[in-house]
Amino acid sequence: MRQLLRTPTGVIGLALVAATVILAIVGPPIWGEAAETIDAGAALQGASAEHLLGTDNLGRDILARVLAATRFSLLLAVLATVIGVGLGLLLGVLPSVLPRRAARLVTGAVNALVAFPALLLAMFTAVVSGLGARGAVLGIGMAIAPGFARLTQTLAASVAGADYVAAARLLGVPRWKIATRHVLPNIAEPVILNVTAVLGTGLVAMAGMSFLGLGVQPPEYDWGRLLNEGFGRIYLDPVVALGPAAAIILAGLGFNMVGEALAKSAARTSASAGPVSAAEVAPDDSAPDADAVLEVKDLTVTFPGGVTPVRGISLTLAPGEIVGLVGESGSGKSLSAFAIGGLVPYPGTVTSGRLRLNGTELTELGQAKRRKLLGTSMAMVFQDPMASLNPALTVGGQLAEVATVHQGAKRSAAWARAVDRLKHVRIPDPEKRARQHPHEFSGGMRQRAVIAIGLMGSPKLIIADEPTTALDVTVQRQILKLLREVSADTGAAALFISHDIAVVSELCHRVVVMYAGRIVEELPVSELAGGAAHPYTKALVASLPDLDTDKGEPLAAIPGTQPAPAEAGTGCAFAARCALADQRCGERPPLKEFGKAHTVACWHAGTVEIEVATR
Amino acid sequence: MFALRRLIRFAVSMVVLITASFAMIHLIPGDPIRAALGMNAPLELVNQRRAELGLDDPIPMQLLAYVQQILGGDFGTSFMTREPVGQIIADRLPHTLALAGAATIFTLIVAVPLGMWAGIRTENGRNRGTELGFTSGTGALTVVPEFLYSIALIVVFSIALGWLPPAGRDGLDSYILPVLALSIGAIAMVARLARVETLRELGADYVRLARAKRLPVLRIYLRHVLPNTLTSTLTVGGLLLTGLIAGSVLVEFVFAWPGLGGRMVESITQKDYPVAQAIIFVYGAIVLVVNLIVDLLLSKLDPKSTIKET
Amino acid sequence: MIIENLTVRFGSFTAVENLTLEIPPGSVVGLVGESGSGKSTVAKAICGLVRYEGRMSGVDPKRVQLVFQDPYASLNPRMTVGASVEEGLSALPRGRRKDEVERLLSLVSLPPEFAGRYPRELSGGQRQRVAIARALGARPELLVADEITSALDVSVQGAVLNLIRGLQAELGLSMLFISHNLAVVRYVSDVVAVMHRGRLVEIGPAERVVGAPEHAYTRELLAAVPRLRH
Repeated sequence: MRQLLRTPTGVIGLALVAATVILAIVGPPIWGEAAETIDAGAALQGASAEHLLGTDNLGRDILARVLAATRFSLLLAVLATVIGVGLGLLLGVLPSVLPRRAARLVTGAVNALVAFPALLLAMFTAVVSGLGARGAVLGIGMAIAPGFARLTQTLAASVAGADYVAAARLLGVPRWKIATRHVLPNIAEPVILNVTAVLGTGLVAMAGMSFLGLGVQPPEYDWGRLLNEGFGRIYLDPVVALGPAAAIILAGLGFNMVGEALAKSAARTSASAGPVSAAEVAPDDSAPDADAVLEVKDLTVTFPGGVTPVRGISLTLAPGEIVGLVGESGSGKSLSAFAIGGLVPYPGTVTSGRLRLNGTELTELGQAKRRKLLGTSMAMVFQDPMASLNPALTVGGQLAEVATVHQGAKRSAAWARAVDRLKHVRIPDPEKRARQHPHEFSGGMRQRAVIAIGLMGSPKLIIADEPTTALDVTVQRQILKLLREVSADTGAAALFISHDIAVVSELCHRVVVMYAGRIVEELPVSELAGGAAHPYTKALVASLPDLDTDKGEPLAAIPGTQPAPAEAGTGCAFAARCALADQRCGERPPLKEFGKAHTVACWHAGTVEIEVATR
Repeated sequence: MFALRRLIRFAVSMVVLITASFAMIHLIPGDPIRAALGMNAPLELVNQRRAELGLDDPIPMQLLAYVQQILGGDFGTSFMTREPVGQIIADRLPHTLALAGAATIFTLIVAVPLGMWAGIRTENGRNRGTELGFTSGTGALTVVPEFLYSIALIVVFSIALGWLPPAGRDGLDSYILPVLALSIGAIAMVARLARVETLRELGADYVRLARAKRLPVLRIYLRHVLPNTLTSTLTVGGLLLTGLIAGSVLVEFVFAWPGLGGRMVESITQKDYPVAQAIIFVYGAIVLVVNLIVDLLLSKLDPKSTIKET
Repeated sequence: MIIENLTVRFGSFTAVENLTLEIPPGSVVGLVGESGSGKSTVAKAICGLVRYEGRMSGVDPKRVQLVFQDPYASLNPRMTVGASVEEGLSALPRGRRKDEVERLLSLVSLPPEFAGRYPRELSGGQRQRVAIARALGARPELLVADEITSALDVSVQGAVLNLIRGLQAELGLSMLFISHNLAVVRYVSDVVAVMHRGRLVEIGPAERVVGAPEHAYTRELLAAVPRLRH
């Protein structure tokens, strides 16, 4: 409830609903008499001081009638909702209780009924059950039921398919207990949310039936009936239709808004919308590295609310060099890659002291120039090849458009280049394959096609974000081989992001280890197994079983978890999980030289105790 | 294979619809003839009407006769006007289809770009003001029923301004208000769906790859995102057409449109059962046919959608 | 447990074909294979979660427990850790259940106050410990572990593997350990079975299968395993 009052939708909706309910309670006692008082002398009047919304054909005050009709209108809507929701719940739950065949029949019937417009079902039922309020309520109830049954079915089916229900079944938890402890509590919330919205729909639909003359019959009256009576007079006195119309809209809106606000607060994630305080970075004065393909200094990514998942990382890649960026989930490794590629999603902000690709400072380029440069000289490969290609377009078309957009190539020339690139990444029968859609490709082939997209230009840098994580090991090996060949053929440098140290050690020349948004160690791959200096790197290496691991010894394990970017504190982020942490670690250790092409950020690096503690 | 299965399902649904439509008259409590003609009607007339409807025959015979009649396009005779019901339907159905069809096209033309625009504007939670305005605005518009839009449009454009005819079907300008009345709520609903769909596609990996290819934004939206929203648009379009055909009942009633809906309401209130029964059957049959066509089209366009069926 | 001629079909697709496998009491059998090899279907069949043909004997089917891959989906978000673990203790008198929950949590190295927490307050590794505790509560004759470390971070994976090995040694559990990672399977298992396209292609003592593979596919798989360069 408190959550409801936090959004304007919730506040307005709640106020409207409260007003409707109060009117339904006090309306008939206060205005009931005035609504029934016949005054033949004042029949069919327009708006006046005495009758604000005019009078009807018997001289009864329309405003009083609208106010007094609140109770009956709401009551009918509630009844229809109760029938519809009750029936819907029953039909929705039945399939999970009935034997398979009967369950299918119920599901099939519900699916067929859902396809029918609710109004038709309501009309049919109303005809069969007779003209009048009873028929209309039944009709609208029947019209609500299939949709609600479908909703319940979908929700229940998704919960019933959850692992925790399977686990409960294995534990021998009886069926009814699974229903009451696991299924019902997890579908209750969405079901209740929907009841509110259905009530609004029911109210409006009921008004519609009465308006058509198929619902409430005189002398009884609800809002729809009042509108029906006023409708014939709108040419002379439009105001007589105003009262019932406004009542229907406001009440319907109220329930709908409450439903919507409830749904929103249920779905709300902790999205804090604070101001973005982008890190101030002084431009770097030192001479840029003329030979580097990529030179990054003090790259920082900030999100609103002071969340900084990437904190001042610096990287340099030489031509043909393959560098592995290693870390666990939440270390900021993927976001660093996106930041270099200029793909950090809104509302993230990227700042850097230097971001040079092949000698050009990217932040100084205009948009068009930057797009062209990156489009032809930077290739990106993502984790899930199943999702990276557009399912609606041919594979060849997705390659060719790079050439038509960035190089102004003609269609036929672009297509020829696309086929050639597919051939280059060793996709068999490239002419035929180019005309196919991604779903006709296997996972490994799709990843080849994505790499081929990067080869449409003349890439200087390939950024690959966990490109083999979703693939099987045998396919992984082929893709790694392809990446190595591509880098060797084109002289492109590659930044390879992975959580898997073994893969990185097979592919890369140099390894960069990230922890909680910072680089903690950078070392040649040959040092990884024996010469790592940071306790985190050492533990990562030791926790990974390989085919020669001594089965008699336990694996190394790091206690605790990596801190979220906002909770990393001012000291060494790894200190809380480190056996060597002392008071010096309250201050963040800088990244400093530790040997040839080897830097590390640890106060204890190289000391005797680190060798003992991490053995 | 899918088409065959789908056709069988269509046939089964048709049988159910015919049975339900046949059963309608029999489910009416009491004597439908008496109810229609009133207590004072002469016995001979009642018996004559009863014989007309074949209500004296055994039920299976009646059902058989009913099926034969429907297949021959014979829907009986109106109690009230003595017109052949088949003729009423033939006269009025085109006007209903024209109204609902025009509203469907208008809705899709306005709603899909609107929803896509809103999706692009509010991606990743940017422009929270636009998002709030769009969701609450469209939310409110979907709540207001067609008949209130109809009345409001008549009051403003016909009575106050006198620009457009308030009723009847006479010339192109007579379409404007009914189509608008039928479309406004539908536009709001479809635009909401289109926005959600667009947001989902924008979050997809292939859009990220398209961005990594540094394609111009317009190309990403039109060539990469739009085709992927078409499948769901077609699905919605089918539901929309059937929904608008049902919604047209109220709009036809308000605008005195010479379609099926107005006549159906009239026949129900007057207990002209043969007419009500036939029109409800026709509406049901239209829904089944439209759904069949949409499913078959979908299976052609998107082979994956048929997999979900099984 | 002895599995004989296990076949599982989904429509016209045969996920597992004629698989025969023995899990001797007190030993760990590792089942390794790539995606689509049918290894997870074997787990589901053993637990009775899919229809199958063939014979399973030696273990009461009601005394088989499964630990799932995704610790974020295998705990009911609306039940406390204690309530989840307690679900498997229906055989115990009500009064003793609380103590048993505490014992089980300590068995997986979780402090007793975790019983009152909800899954959302736990990390992935902690959730997987809870799932293991829940399975152990039913005193299983056979524990099936289906890719239980693949959703976890490397630094946590080691601890869960250590836990599994420790529990196995301590309790003498019979276990079927399923993973796509040959190194992990080798480290945990006494016997390694290799699956490929629904069929069992090789089975033998872990060191023998890894050291001297007989089947071509096993050799291919071994060659593809990424290794840390020394």
